[in-house]
Amino acid sequence: MENDIISPENLVYQKPTLMNDVPMHYCPGCSHGVVHKLVAEVIEEMGMEDKTVGVCPVGCAVFAYRYLDIDWQEAAHGRAPAVATGIKRLWPDRLVFTYQGDGDLACIGACETIHALNRGENIVIIFINNAIYGMTGGQMAPTTLMGQKTSTCPYGRVPELHGYPLKMTEIAATLEGTCYVTRQSVETVAAIRGAKKAIRKAFEASMEGKGSSLVEIVSTCNSGWKMSPKKANDWMQENMFKFYPKGDLKDTIK
Amino acid sequence: MAKTEVTLMKGNDAIANAAIRCGVDGFFGYPITPQSEIIETLSLLKPWETSGMVVVQAESEVASINMVYGAAGAGKRAFTSSSSPGVALMQEGISYMAGAEIPGVVVNVQRGGPGLGTIQPSQSDYYQATRGGGNGDYNVIVLAPASVQEMADFVDLAFDLAFKYRNPAMILSDGVIGQMMEKVVLPPFKARLTEDEIKSKYPWATFGRTKDREPNIMTSLELKPEVMEERNIKLQKKYQTIKDTEVRYETQKCDDADYVIVSFGSAARISEKAIEMAREAGIKVGLFRPITLWPFPTKQICDIAKGKKGILVVEINAGQMVDDVRLSINGAVPVEYFGRLGGIVPEPDEIVEALKSKLIK
Amino acid sequence: MKGAIVVNTDRCKGCALCVYACPQDVIALAEKKVNVHGYPYVEAVKAEACVGCSSCAIVCPDGCIEVYRKKMEE
Repeated sequence: MENDIISPENLVYQKPTLMNDVPMHYCPGCSHGVVHKLVAEVIEEMGMEDKTVGVCPVGCAVFAYRYLDIDWQEAAHGRAPAVATGIKRLWPDRLVFTYQGDGDLACIGACETIHALNRGENIVIIFINNAIYGMTGGQMAPTTLMGQKTSTCPYGRVPELHGYPLKMTEIAATLEGTCYVTRQSVETVAAIRGAKKAIRKAFEASMEGKGSSLVEIVSTCNSGWKMSPKKANDWMQENMFKFYPKGDLKDTIK
Repeated sequence: MAKTEVTLMKGNDAIANAAIRCGVDGFFGYPITPQSEIIETLSLLKPWETSGMVVVQAESEVASINMVYGAAGAGKRAFTSSSSPGVALMQEGISYMAGAEIPGVVVNVQRGGPGLGTIQPSQSDYYQATRGGGNGDYNVIVLAPASVQEMADFVDLAFDLAFKYRNPAMILSDGVIGQMMEKVVLPPFKARLTEDEIKSKYPWATFGRTKDREPNIMTSLELKPEVMEERNIKLQKKYQTIKDTEVRYETQKCDDADYVIVSFGSAARISEKAIEMAREAGIKVGLFRPITLWPFPTKQICDIAKGKKGILVVEINAGQMVDDVRLSINGAVPVEYFGRLGGIVPEPDEIVEALKSKLIK
Repeated sequence: MKGAIVVNTDRCKGCALCVYACPQDVIALAEKKVNVHGYPYVEAVKAEACVGCSSCAIVCPDGCIEVYRKKMEE
């Protein structure tokens, strides 16, 4: 009976074609994979495969250019919004987005993030926030929660030593140049649907010249957090959403 | 403005005007003395209304160089300008452009250092420009203008070389050339490349992958050491080709000279006067002026030195180009250095004195 | 509605997020098996219960699962 069902006319879901067959280096259960899939789906659904340039970060997603078959530029750590500015200003009819982690966007790149958003560059910044530096082995990030343990705050983050976690998305929502600032996640089917809608909305706004968008995806890093993928999702739901609440923080597009 | 009209302007303004005229697509920069006129003049001329050239004041030099990386990686003529401390901030971006083979152009109007330094002129970024202040084995094509005319002419040249070799190029000027006013004939207007022209001339650029090709990826990252070695070998071969074919220099009065002054940029201009004064005093001196600091005119300096009694390297720093001159001459004749530091510009008579005391004795 | 899934077992990393996402307990980690990369992988253990909702495929970070669905005549 199974063979009866498995046939091309009955196909309802497969990974997008723009996401190629190269095995991805991300850890099992990593949110990166899901977001990559959504970005690929949205580009395909918008018919923008041949008019998109992505800018990837330094971080686990440094090899994003291996997995989605669009043109890419690899930016120096934190500089992706500036690189994207250069591309979009000179190719205004292209879809230009950056894909950055929390260290890239909120630490070394804080200046470039704020200014590109505030200039209202018609780009989309996709912000993968998992409150840790995954690629380099699990160090504290600017978005690491108070009390959270990482390899550079092994006894837990405390204000006197480590300062406070930074809410870049809230900052972005105060900037005049942004048109759409939202916080999403991808740990359930419903959340994934919401995240995809947000990415699509942001991409369309950039193509319509409405200004800059920031789509934060609160994510897991099961390796850095030293949990199984499922436990990491649970921990995220119990701890991250309290401090980084989901929803649209700014929406001038409606 | 008529095509061959002679006009009077500052070196910095010549860069700005020439950029618009030679079809540059974008400028991304940050104010710093002594080169802020470049972005000010561009902003005043509003090229976005005429040629469509984009002018952006970035939030920092770091942002500026990365905007150039993005634009040039997408096949567009993009440049930035700064002065020594700002160019120090750009070293990361320059190394990344060299590694990813991106043809961005950087203008450095040097000032005294180290650190925040002074706003007065110097030539103390020679090492930074030619040895590479960023990480890794790479070279940047470095042009050293010595006049406002060369400031105007080198913009198109820098872009031509950058795109010919897919390598970053630098115009290494200084506060004297940037701020002084001289007669200049600006280049004729040339249109910016169209989308189709870019696609056909620079198929490697990231302007959106069409189905007929693989994705283009600008990256300097390669984790497999064997592949990375191959990449580096390829870069070195490229640099060798540039060394073999793109050396530029100027000589004056060297044929009958006993001594040769080797000098670049504004120091060469001052040396011209020193040579005049020395010849009046009966000393036969000539000038060898490297125009490309990288590739350095090694062979040509070596040839010029044959049969000469000595070489005096005059530069406004603590002695940087003198290393390359010594390497070129390889002990064949005495090489001495003279310079002033920290923003002081030498006078011609100081140079004549140095010639006498260090070489002629 | 009846569904069926096809898992690319070579691409699967055994993260098991699909197992938790499935409302019908169709999918599970295959016992004592690993793929060519050394990862345990998932397979449909209760294929007859599948309704083709695609939850497994949607949450899969590696896009390993193809989902088919067919309206069955009574």
